Formats: sequence, structure tokens, C-alpha cells
Amino acid sequence: MGPQWLLVLSAVLFTLGAFGVLWNRGAITILMCVEIMLNATNLAFIAFARQFDSAEGQIYAFFIMTLAAAEAAVGLAIVIALFRLRESTDVDELNLMKW
Amino acid sequence: MLKLIWLIPLLPAAGVVFNGIFGRRLPLKAVGTIACLSVLIAFGLSVGAVLELAQLPDGVRQFEIDIATWLPLGEIGGTDLTIPWGFGLDPLSSILLLVVTGVGFLIHVYSVGYMDHERDYARFFIYLNLFMAMMLLLVLGNNLLVLFVGWEGVGLCSYLLIGFYYDQPFDKRTGLTCADAGRKAFIVNRIGDFAFLIGMLYLVVEFGTLKFSELNTALASHGGTPGWMLTGIGLLLFFGACGKSAQIPLYVWLPDAMAGPTPVSALIHAATMVTAGVYMVCRMSALYSATPEAMAIVATVGAATALFAATMGITATDIKKVLAYSTVSQLGFMFAAAGVGAYVAAIFHLMTHAFFKALLFLGAGSVIHGLNGQQDIRKMGGLRTRMPRTFITFFVAMLAITGIPGFAGFFSKDEILAGAWNSGNTVVWAVLGVAALITAFYMTRLVWLVFFGRYRGDDASWSKAHESPALMTVPLMVLGVLSLAGGWVGIPAVMSGWFGAGDINKLHHWLAPAITAPGGHGADAAHGGASVHEAGMETMLILIATVVALLGIGLAWMIYRRDGAAAAWAKRFGPLHNLLRNLYWVDEFYELVILRPFYALSRFFAAFDRRVVDGLVNATGATAEISGQVIKLFQTGLVRNYALMFLFGVFVILYYVIRAV
Repeated sequence: MGPQWLLVLSAVLFTLGAFGVLWNRGAITILMCVEIMLNATNLAFIAFARQFDSAEGQIYAFFIMTLAAAEAAVGLAIVIALFRLRESTDVDELNLMKW
Repeated sequence: MLKLIWLIPLLPAAGVVFNGIFGRRLPLKAVGTIACLSVLIAFGLSVGAVLELAQLPDGVRQFEIDIATWLPLGEIGGTDLTIPWGFGLDPLSSILLLVVTGVGFLIHVYSVGYMDHERDYARFFIYLNLFMAMMLLLVLGNNLLVLFVGWEGVGLCSYLLIGFYYDQPFDKRTGLTCADAGRKAFIVNRIGDFAFLIGMLYLVVEFGTLKFSELNTALASHGGTPGWMLTGIGLLLFFGACGKSAQIPLYVWLPDAMAGPTPVSALIHAATMVTAGVYMVCRMSALYSATPEAMAIVATVGAATALFAATMGITATDIKKVLAYSTVSQLGFMFAAAGVGAYVAAIFHLMTHAFFKALLFLGAGSVIHGLNGQQDIRKMGGLRTRMPRTFITFFVAMLAITGIPGFAGFFSKDEILAGAWNSGNTVVWAVLGVAALITAFYMTRLVWLVFFGRYRGDDASWSKAHESPALMTVPLMVLGVLSLAGGWVGIPAVMSGWFGAGDINKLHHWLAPAITAPGGHGADAAHGGASVHEAGMETMLILIATVVALLGIGLAWMIYRRDGAAAAWAKRFGPLHNLLRNLYWVDEFYELVILRPFYALSRFFAAFDRRVVDGLVNATGATAEISGQVIKLFQTGLVRNYALMFLFGVFVILYYVIRAV
């Protein structure tokens, strides 16, 4: 199996994630879609690493996983704090950060 | 002591520093003593220096000393130009030096008495001493730029002292305050000074030096310089002198300068500063003698001013203003003398004028002081019994200025008239003659209205009218003696011949080598050519001058002898009287022709600045704000919007990246 299928899968996943971020209003769903995007990237890294017999792609994948974990922790903490404050996780209601 | 001349201006400057630091905490007597002392020492040094100068052999009486480099300007006009803080003494500056320090000292002493009611005496004496320092710098500078420093410095002091009573109103007719009068003097002078500065720059370009001695040598052989250039420079410098010495068209500031305290009027606006222009023209005699056109204009302006100002003196009712117009008129005499080539006569008249005009002003101050500030001669009269010393000295000064034989003014005025006649300028001679007649007229009128007749003020002021203290009357007496005898240094040869004394015209022999008269570096021409023409003509001129003076006195006595007669005469010459009362409407004319357009132009520029210049700046700000208003609409605060835009951006970048590949 060539890397092209893996890359196609990665692209499909990334697009799904991106549209999910744009489409959804729930903060938790958005966080989940971001995870999908990150993992799509991971897939692309791994595919290239395998293709070129290089460890670098794998190392990046590990970094991204760590980052994803940290991001999820921080993101979920924010969502919880937000829910406590506003009794809602709808991001369309969060429009205070403007002029 | 010749080597110490640079110290002379520094002495009053030291007085300025000392009184400036401690003056406010010291009593009047102490401040006055310090001020007087500094000028007295300067006078002593001056006398010493001039005596030493006299020891030098005739013809080389000149001393120069450069104490420091001021402006090392490098290569200008083909020569290496360095302007030093240079001081010099020659017969010409020696006369001015002695007059300035001598008369200045007397006026300082007088001021101590005059200022005793004044709270701000320290400021007064600081300014007065500063003026002395600057005036001495002007006189002693051996190049035009050092002279110019003094020139501007005395202008500054004049401004400060005219505005001394800065919170008082001054002239009801024009609504001027004393501060306005000071500003007027300063601004009018600035107009002249601008021309002076340009003239100086042309001199540098043309001759590569500003030193008088070097300029004289360069001018003696003015090969490469075209005549029109010399004329132009001469006229520019003369315009500067017109400002400083109150000649047409820039005389308007001097009558208003009377807003200052009277000793100031005596020192600055009669005896010393206003004669600086005459001094400068005589100093540059080599230049003027090389350009007959400029000389003709100097003579014309001088004679015209002499007549014009004298007529305004007839109707003035403020004791000081009569004297102010008289000063303008007498300065016109001096310029006329310089213009016809009688430089010695000009300096001679400068000297005698310093004596008798200072005396007149100080006498007027004594009257004002004794009448508690009254300056209107319509409210005076009969004061000779109340102020005998003031009266006698004032009377002597009046005889001197009208030109009664034997008094100082007679000799100098006669020399000017003779000079005008001998140079062939009969028109100038005639105009000056008429001016002399009017001078005699208004001076007699002044003396009569102040000291004779019946007192026209109220009884309370009459009973309080008193003679001034000795501190003021002693300087008056000294000046009185000088006004009587000061002219004896320049007795014309034809007169001394009557007594078989030979030529005893000391002043002339002293000054002639320092002057370049038209048609050569000669004594006779500078003298007015007295020895060239026959003695009979000279005697005739003297007789005419005397008759003219007596005629003026008689005319005034006839009119003002009886009360009311003057009013009848004024009615008979209604329009003329009105014209003179309103000073030919010159101030109004200047207002209409110069000030109004100037203000209109200023308003236009102010509007231009507000609308266009400020408008451009405001437009820049407005652009930023409006674009901000538009762009801020993209900041919705909604994360998903941002994400969408972000994605869009990514697509755009991707498009370009892929296209590039």
C-alpha cells in the first residue's frame, strides 16, 4: 500500500475536522474536531516517515501527540470554567472579545 | 591706559551683574552709587585713554586691540575672514567715548535723585548700566560687527527702558501703553537693522573685511567695486541709521519713546543712542564719500527730517514730546551735515546736542518731578520763581539749541549751515535755515509756557511745586556749563580771526584725520571748505543764522506773551494747526498702508495655517480613524468567524504556492 492512500485519508480526516470546527457551535465538539485535525496531520507525518525511512516524521508525531494532550487539558479546563460562568458552551454566545 | 579700552564697556557690565544679583536687597542709594561708580571709573579710563591717544603724533592717532577671536569664518570672498572682539580708539570714537561716559555719568547721578519715589529702582539702574555697556561697545568696536552687537544691545535697552512703566497707559490719542511704545520702538528699529545687516553682508562680500581701518584702505582704492554697489551699501547702512536715529521714514518710534522715565529720554533718546546712526555714517565716511548719490540722499533725508520734525514740535503739548521732536529735528541736522560732507560738523553737533539736549530733558524731568508727574505744558507756567536752578539751566540750553552766538549749539549749527552752503547744496542750506527758525520758535514757546506767564494748573499743585534736590540740579549745572562752553572747542577760523586769535578750531584738527571727506582725505573739505571760500561769505552766513534764531525767538515771544493769543493764531491757521496737532497723520498713514495690509496678510496666513496646514494633518488622522471604523467590523468576537477567515487565508496562500510550483 503506497503512501498516497494514507495521505488521502489524512486529507479527508483534516477536511472533516476543519469543517467540524467551522460547523459546530459546542465548544467540546470543536475541541474534538481539533483533535481529529491534529491526528490527520500525525497520519501524514507517519506516512512520509515510512515512505522515506526517516525517524523525523515519527518524532514529530510524538511531539504532536504530547501537544494534543496538553491542548485538550487546557481546552477542557477553559470549557469547564466557561460553563461554570455562562451555563453554556455555545461559542456563538462568546463574542465579548471585540471592539 | 590705551591698552585698557576693552575694559571700559566691561565696567558698567560689572555694575549690571552686581546690581542684578544684589540690587533688590539694597537701598536706592547703594544701587545708585554702584551704578554711578561703574560709569565714573569708565569715564576716568576714557579720559586717560583719550589723553594717551592725544600723545600720539598727528595723523597716526589710532589704536586697535583684538582681545579675542569671535568668528573664524574662514574663506569668504577670496580672503580669510576672521572677526575678532576688536576694540579701537581714534579721534572720532574718542569724542563719542567722552560724551557717552561723561554725559552718561551725569545722567546716572541725576537718576539717583529722580528715581527716589520709584519702587523698582534696581531694575532701572541695571538697564541703565547695561545700556552704558552696550553703547560703549558700539563706540569702541573696531569692526562693524562688534558695533552691531552694541547697536542691537542699545536697542534692547531702549526697549526695556521705554517699557519701564510697562503697566501704565501712555498716549491717549493713539491708545498706546508704555509697553506698546517699547514694542513700537523695537519693531521700527528692527526694520532698519535688517537693512543694516544686509548692507554689512554686502560689505563682507565686496571687501572681505568689516574692520574700519581695513575698509578705509580698501575704499581709498575702490578699483573693482562698481559705484552702484557702493551706493547700495551706503543706502542700506543709512536705512539702518534711519531706524536708530529716528529719521524719515522710521522716526515714528522716538516721540513714543518718551514713555520711558525722563533720565532715559535724556541719555538714550537724546544724547547717546539715537546719535549712533550719525556716528556710524561718519565712521563709514570713506564709503559715503565715494558715492555722491548716497550722500545726496542722506542730506535730503536729514534736511527733510530736520524741517518736518521741527514743525511737529510747534504744537506738541507734552513737555517731553516737544523735546522728542526737537531731537528728531536736530538729528536731521546732523545727517544733513554728514550728507553734504561736513562730517566734522555732524560730530560737533552730535557733541553739543548731547550737552544741551540732555540738559533740556533733565530740566524737563526736574519740572515733571517738581510738579509730581505733570507733563502737560498747558498746565504749567511761571515756574521760574519756583525752580530757579532748573529755569536758568534750561534757559541756557534753550539759548544753545536756538543758536545764540557764544553758546555751544551756535558753533555747531553754524558749521553745519556753512558746510551745506559751501558744498553747493543751497536747498539743503535753506531748509536747514527754516528748520533752525522753527527750532528757535518752539523752544521759546516751550520755555515761555513752562517758566513764564501765569501758572495754569490748580492751586494745590502750585503750592507743592518745588525745586529738585541737589542730586538733580548739580548735573543740570554741569551740563549748563557744557552747553555754554562746549562749543568753544570748535570756533570757526573766521570768528577767532575777529579777535586776532588765529585758527583755534581744536575739534576740527582733532577729527579731520579720522574722516574721509569727499574729494580726498583732507581737512579743509571736512571742515566745510571754510578756508576755500572767502571769509566775507562765512561772516554773512553766521549773521544770517543769528538773525534767524533771534527772529524765531521774537516770533514766539510775540505770540505766547499774552494768554489767548496763541489760541487765536491756532484758529487763524485752523487746518494747518490741525495737521500739526495730528502729526501729519503719519501714524494713521502707516496704520492704513503698512499695518492694516500686514494684519490682513497675517490673518490670511493664520487662516491658511488653520484650514490648509492643520487640515492636512487632521485629514491624516481622520483617514486612520475612518479606516479603523471600517476594519473593526471584521473583528466580530466570534471564534468560528476567525477560523473561517483563517481557512480562507490558507486557501489563498496555497493557491499562490501551488501556482508558483
